[in-house]
Amino acid sequence: MTTTENPTPSTRMAPDFQDLAKIANEMRGDVLRMLQLAGSGHPGGSLGMTDVFTTLWFGGFMNVDPKNPTWEDRDRFVLSNGHICPILYAILARKGYFPRDDLWTLRTLGSPLQGHPDFHFTKGVDCCTGSLGNGVSVALGMALGARAQGKDFRVYAGTSDGESQEGQVWEMASAAAHYGVDNLTLLMDRNGIQIDGFTKDVMDQGDLGAKYESFGWHVQSVDGHDMKALHAALVEAREVKGRPQMIVCNTVLGKGVSFMENEPKWHGVAPDEAQLKKALVELGLEQE
Amino acid sequence: MFALRTVCTHVVTDTARDTHRHRPAAPTPSRKAPTTVSVTKKGGDVATREAYGKALAELGGERSDIVVLDADLSGSTKTGQFAKQYGDRFFNMGVAEANMIGVASGLASTGLTVFASSFAMFAAGKAFEQVRQEVALPVANVKICATHAGITVGEDGASHQVLEDVAIMRVLPNMRVFVPADGLETEQVIRAVAASPGPAYVRLSRMKVPMFLPEDHVFEIGKISTLRAGDDITIAATGTCVVHAVQAAELLAEKGYSARVLNVCSIKPLDVETLVTAAQETGAFVTVEEHQRVGGLGSAVAEVVAEHAPCPVRRLGMDDRFGESGKGEQLMEHFGLTAPSIAGAALELLGQSS
Repeated sequence: MTTTENPTPSTRMAPDFQDLAKIANEMRGDVLRMLQLAGSGHPGGSLGMTDVFTTLWFGGFMNVDPKNPTWEDRDRFVLSNGHICPILYAILARKGYFPRDDLWTLRTLGSPLQGHPDFHFTKGVDCCTGSLGNGVSVALGMALGARAQGKDFRVYAGTSDGESQEGQVWEMASAAAHYGVDNLTLLMDRNGIQIDGFTKDVMDQGDLGAKYESFGWHVQSVDGHDMKALHAALVEAREVKGRPQMIVCNTVLGKGVSFMENEPKWHGVAPDEAQLKKALVELGLEQE
Repeated sequence: MFALRTVCTHVVTDTARDTHRHRPAAPTPSRKAPTTVSVTKKGGDVATREAYGKALAELGGERSDIVVLDADLSGSTKTGQFAKQYGDRFFNMGVAEANMIGVASGLASTGLTVFASSFAMFAAGKAFEQVRQEVALPVANVKICATHAGITVGEDGASHQVLEDVAIMRVLPNMRVFVPADGLETEQVIRAVAASPGPAYVRLSRMKVPMFLPEDHVFEIGKISTLRAGDDITIAATGTCVVHAVQAAELLAEKGYSARVLNVCSIKPLDVETLVTAAQETGAFVTVEEHQRVGGLGSAVAEVVAEHAPCPVRRLGMDDRFGESGKGEQLMEHFGLTAPSIAGAALELLGQSS
């Protein structure tokens, strides 16, 4: 299942979007399978951000070398909303950082795949995350580190609307704009849902894109399931000078599995065997 | 990545408690009272934060991989000197300590050696969770140099007098904790942590203290320096309290008792061997720190002694209370952390009334 890719990214040619869609679909299956086996974890955000992260990782943006995971000039990826790591693990396995069979050990004792990302255990993970608000600051530090050393690697970070309730996120937003950090792109999962329910009910955040804009960021808002739009947004972000970039990805929690879509309860509950079967059939990955 | 996690084994016991067990008989006054360090040998008064600023600026000239972060307190923490000389490697993060620690971790992950400073209350207290998740857990090469620790902050009062930082920092896996006693030792600690990859917490003070350590003093990570030999009792102190411990030993000497004085700058890793030897040879400990009596140096000593060489340990510090405004020296006296109080506690432990 692993694909061998040239570590040098190329976005001059548009990727084959049909191929990307197929990869995304297969990774949704991997996410659901590993969560069912683990018996716990977060399917909603993982499925919701699958198209975004597939575009980033398989659309030619991440300059990485899976055979040399700690290559110092690699692009960095920080999953600040670390709980949706099942999709990151599916990506890393597919990129060849570790065998796909490792996915089936998620969250078990001795597994290289921890409940939340931890680079002591998992090749390809650049930052220990899980506590919301922290990862985006580390991502900013990485971006500043590149600049301080005259390196040109980029830093991409996943974040979410729920995470944006953490004050630290706005400390980061101020500092990134103040220092005019332009090698930092944040991808926000804007699905309107958090553990306790809809974000508008728990803690209404208004227009998050406008907030980032007011902090001095370059902001785009795209359909988080339109890979062509996501690709274009990532290309645009990469060209921005003197400002950090936010791509608000409007997503559907649980995307691709009808009974999970937009249902807050699927934020953090693993499917059982029957639910997994049903989901895989819907994705066209198994026969009825 | 996949760096080995530093193993910092710590003895944790629940038996650390005050003991006022009196010895059955007054000890024979020691024949020898070799004084290795005396406070009369002053080299001027310097706050450890000032020595930090000086050392940091020197290091900045020697090593281009050193970057410094501050949270709008560079004038007070003394990182301003580095900022002035190496502005392209200094990042003022504004009044935002949590983000500062995360950024420090990110910078370190790209191969830089990062010093992050603020008042200890905020660096250790406000940003505790970020220190745990993004410095200790990933074993980031971040040195948290926290100034204005303890009651000697003085006039600013309780909100700024952190008395819990040693406890919450030393409990973190991979974190090392150092509390230098004077300016000379501070410079040595800063050089040592800069040369040793991985997390470190350096507790610094606002108040000036005498430069009393001898010129040939050598700080070593994980080693206690014995400032005075003595067989009757051990006084283990840290930071601003060490000078008072030396003076207390001088008071005790006048009464015929020889007190061993240990300067515990390296609170973690802790020099277990020297503590155990002292427990076995002197049979009683007084510990001194401007910190809560729970969780700091006193607890660390009691943990080791309880497990390896049980003997009475009297812990001097803040007794489950907050500080208050006043001059640093006044507060040290008020809360019983100066020489007469230390000597008094020692005499009590030795079965003598002070």
